[in-house]
Amino acid sequence: MYPENFRYTKEHEWVRVDGDIGTIGITDHAQNELGDIVYIDLPKPGAKFSQGGTLGSVESVKAVSDIYAPVSGEVLEINTALADSPERVNADPHGEAWFLKIRLSAPGEIEKLMSAADYQAYIGAEK
Amino acid sequence: MTPKVRAHLSQNEPLLFERSSPGKIAYQLPQLDVPAVDAKQVLGSENVREEIEGFPEVSEVEAIRHFTRLSTWNYAIDHGMYPLGSCTMKYNPRINEAVAQIEGLAWAHPYRPESLAQGSMEVMARLEAALAEITGMDAVTLQPSAGAHGELTGILLIRALLEKRGNPRKKILIPDSAHGTNPASAVIAGYAVEHVPSNAEGGLDVGVLERIVDADVAALMVTNPNTLGVFENEILRVAEILHARGALLYMDGANMNALMGIARPGDFGVDALHLNLHKTFSTPHGGGGPGAGPVAVKKELEPYLPVPRLKRSGKKWAWDYKRPRSIGRVRAFYGNFGVLVRALAYILAHGGPGLRNVTVDAVLNANYLRKKLEPYFDLPYKAPNMHEVVFSDERQAKHGVRTGDFAKRLIDYGFHPYTVSFPLIVHGAMMIEPTETEGKRELDHFIEAMIAVAQEVETDPQTVLSAPHGTRTSRVDEVTAARKPVLRWK
Amino acid sequence: MLDACGVQSAEDLFAHLPDAVRLKRPLDLPPGMSEYEIVQYFRDRATQNAPRYASFLGAGAYWHYRPVLVDTVVSRGEFLTSYTPYQAEISQGTLTAIFEFQTMICQLTGMDVANASMYDGSTAMAEAAMMAVRATGKGRVLVARSVHPEYREVLRTYTRHQGMAVEEFGYVGDAGVLDAEDLERKMDPLTGAVIVQSPNFFGIIDRVKEAAEIAHRAGALLVVVFTEAVSLGILEPPQGADIMAGELQSFAIVPSYGGPFAGVIATREKFVRQMPGRLVGQTTDTRGNRAYCLTLATREQHIRREKATSNICTNQALIALMATVFMTVYGKRGLRELAEQNLAKAHYLASRLKPRFCGKFFNEFVAHSPGKTPEAINQALLKRKIAGGVALGRFYPELADSMLLCATEMSRRPDMDAVGEAFA
Repeated sequence: MYPENFRYTKEHEWVRVDGDIGTIGITDHAQNELGDIVYIDLPKPGAKFSQGGTLGSVESVKAVSDIYAPVSGEVLEINTALADSPERVNADPHGEAWFLKIRLSAPGEIEKLMSAADYQAYIGAEK
Repeated sequence: MTPKVRAHLSQNEPLLFERSSPGKIAYQLPQLDVPAVDAKQVLGSENVREEIEGFPEVSEVEAIRHFTRLSTWNYAIDHGMYPLGSCTMKYNPRINEAVAQIEGLAWAHPYRPESLAQGSMEVMARLEAALAEITGMDAVTLQPSAGAHGELTGILLIRALLEKRGNPRKKILIPDSAHGTNPASAVIAGYAVEHVPSNAEGGLDVGVLERIVDADVAALMVTNPNTLGVFENEILRVAEILHARGALLYMDGANMNALMGIARPGDFGVDALHLNLHKTFSTPHGGGGPGAGPVAVKKELEPYLPVPRLKRSGKKWAWDYKRPRSIGRVRAFYGNFGVLVRALAYILAHGGPGLRNVTVDAVLNANYLRKKLEPYFDLPYKAPNMHEVVFSDERQAKHGVRTGDFAKRLIDYGFHPYTVSFPLIVHGAMMIEPTETEGKRELDHFIEAMIAVAQEVETDPQTVLSAPHGTRTSRVDEVTAARKPVLRWK
Repeated sequence: MLDACGVQSAEDLFAHLPDAVRLKRPLDLPPGMSEYEIVQYFRDRATQNAPRYASFLGAGAYWHYRPVLVDTVVSRGEFLTSYTPYQAEISQGTLTAIFEFQTMICQLTGMDVANASMYDGSTAMAEAAMMAVRATGKGRVLVARSVHPEYREVLRTYTRHQGMAVEEFGYVGDAGVLDAEDLERKMDPLTGAVIVQSPNFFGIIDRVKEAAEIAHRAGALLVVVFTEAVSLGILEPPQGADIMAGELQSFAIVPSYGGPFAGVIATREKFVRQMPGRLVGQTTDTRGNRAYCLTLATREQHIRREKATSNICTNQALIALMATVFMTVYGKRGLRELAEQNLAKAHYLASRLKPRFCGKFFNEFVAHSPGKTPEAINQALLKRKIAGGVALGRFYPELADSMLLCATEMSRRPDMDAVGEAFA
């Protein structure tokens, strides 16, 4: 369920690193908690973030959740398909519904994040 | 007992724009007694618009049928009880409507010379005095037009006082059980918000406050009784802590219905509070407004009140604009005067003893509901409650039914739902406030309905989950409404 | 019931309160009055207000006829005593009417989307400024002096602690329109919002197009305010407005000494998520039938709390309903004819006096009489049971010799002639 080659945060974001490019999204656990997603608020390409900074937010009908940057970097590309079809986040949170790609400014930060196994234990413990 | 609900006549009715026909009219203006003018000449042709495309064109009978049919699709207090916690949905006396519409009051222009507005000013002065007495405070402003507006005003007043003392400070403390308007208002006033966790009984945690009230704290915003309907027994100690460290105590007066004639915020350390005239003082909700949110303060905050203030000038009332320390205006003109008239009518009708009875009955009704419903619903906080009670959906959740679903099924029994999922400190909250309006009969109907649905949750949860069944529309698709908003007819 | 609660008397239910907070005396208020006495009390107050004077007061609150149908509709208990439509299934009446309201405001203003109303025009303007600042990310606001003075005061109160600097730009002394050169001079790249009013406080149709060009060139949004909604029956909606913020009191809302009124914000589709206030959207129910519900609630305080677009929790639903019925009764043709009558009456009155400004106006204008103060003119008019215009010295010291007069379809020729005589 949780891809091995992703890294995970306590706030339920995932990041997949290829070289110095990171692809970021929210986990299946997160979309399940939020319910039907209606809107995603994402930053513009060029925006810069530090690890833990607020990237944007995800909305369901009755709730809003902030999205935090798993790693520091500069936004390269956002997934524009999500504007018209936010429901993709519910359907395929780890694949088609990636939120944005960034260029990592401090690749070492990845080490601080959880592995798939750790994340699974974490959400198991949360219940 | 005979059930409250039966199927009843409910006609279909299209939107005004869909039932319009070109050329139909519902108005008739008199003939002009002055010469007509050529609009293009007088305004410049570039300023004159084409016709308003799509605007309604219906006859008078079509108009009245349209709105009458729409009205039959609504539930209202005139139909039955609203057990909405925190909303105080009491009966809206019709005497209020009658007096607010008296010509001399309804048609007074706000810029009338003061000599021709003495009646309106007297009404406002009398209401200020009555609210000051009920709350135990020194001065009242009637300018804020809603509760949230009052909150913003109150926090701005506190800020102004602290600025005068040399340091406005940085943050407002807000309990995690507070209404959402509280933090939103604090932010507009330029403060950061720090949330204060409730203690195990769901109240203010004096220990936590002792630790976190520091020189950066401007005020604590408290609701008393709190949003669980429980009186904050440590309120005097809380006020002491704040005042000793130079901070102030603001009270959200939404739950004033539990206190009238019993306890006064001014006597338990509150420096400023707002009232909701559309809650405690019976002015009608009208489907979502108007309301009014007067703010009552202790005398040290009086110089900062919004301008203008009423003052006595010989035998007359006058507007005093010479208020150098005022925070300014929070709206144009003087406030929601029409709402103020209604609230004053309510106060005059009840008088001192009557208002106390209102509170006693409200508290009695809520306690009756608690006792009768406790066997069936989880009550997370066991402290004595006043005018409202908060259950949680824990027992029902075991069968897959949450508070929101339960509430929808209650509609099929002829009731508006209770307040769903608030306060946030109760998981799956079911917040119930009957008000003093309801007699035993309606309360028993409500209890029966709640118990019946609780039983359905165990025997036939699907019926509850797909409710309501008897209404004009079934559950609406809020997800699509938010994903692809359609906010006007085209 | 007391048995069920396990107490002897209802007083016992308060026994748990700390003794120190208890009120130990009765409230110092007179005993309850009968219905008749209450009516008498308010009738006496109404008489003190000396009703039945003709009035030429405008300045943000207008004297228009209220079709009888308005009160027939809003006094229905299903509208009057219903709650906010959070439970859509039993509030379709309110929700449908609001959807119609939102639509009609869009039709009137030429904007894409309108909210379900704000407290009033003055707070709508302040909230529109906050919205423009949110949308542009730039905190400076420029507002014209030709905007209603009390509205500008409210703007300052709201913006003072939010890091929004507010500065004013002037008006041109002979035309009574905004000073575009002064705006250009004061404009800078840090400005997020430019606020103008049209017709402006002096009643004059303002230079909205020029203001729009100046604002947009610098990357700011243009907020256009209106206080006299009837003007939209004949005036072209402002071109170049990004946000409109207005007052709807003219649409069958009694002046009632200043409130309750209803403001509204209308804007372009791209700004909808920055908009404060309730919004009603169209959707379907589980059976596929058209239905309405509150939507985009995640902008609002009950969900986003301190990060909300506003702290507002109301929409003046009943007041907006009055406006909706008014717009329905007058309709496409009627609102135009009503506006034309206002134009005719005001221009007749102006012909009897000398307007101070040469700019084009709708139903309000500024006038003065050399040698007579506005206070003296108004005193003379009061003797003839006429309330004259608003003496402007309290708002504009440079116009202390002038007053702002408004004539509507309710103004009668003999009264207008009397005003002319008082000015002569």
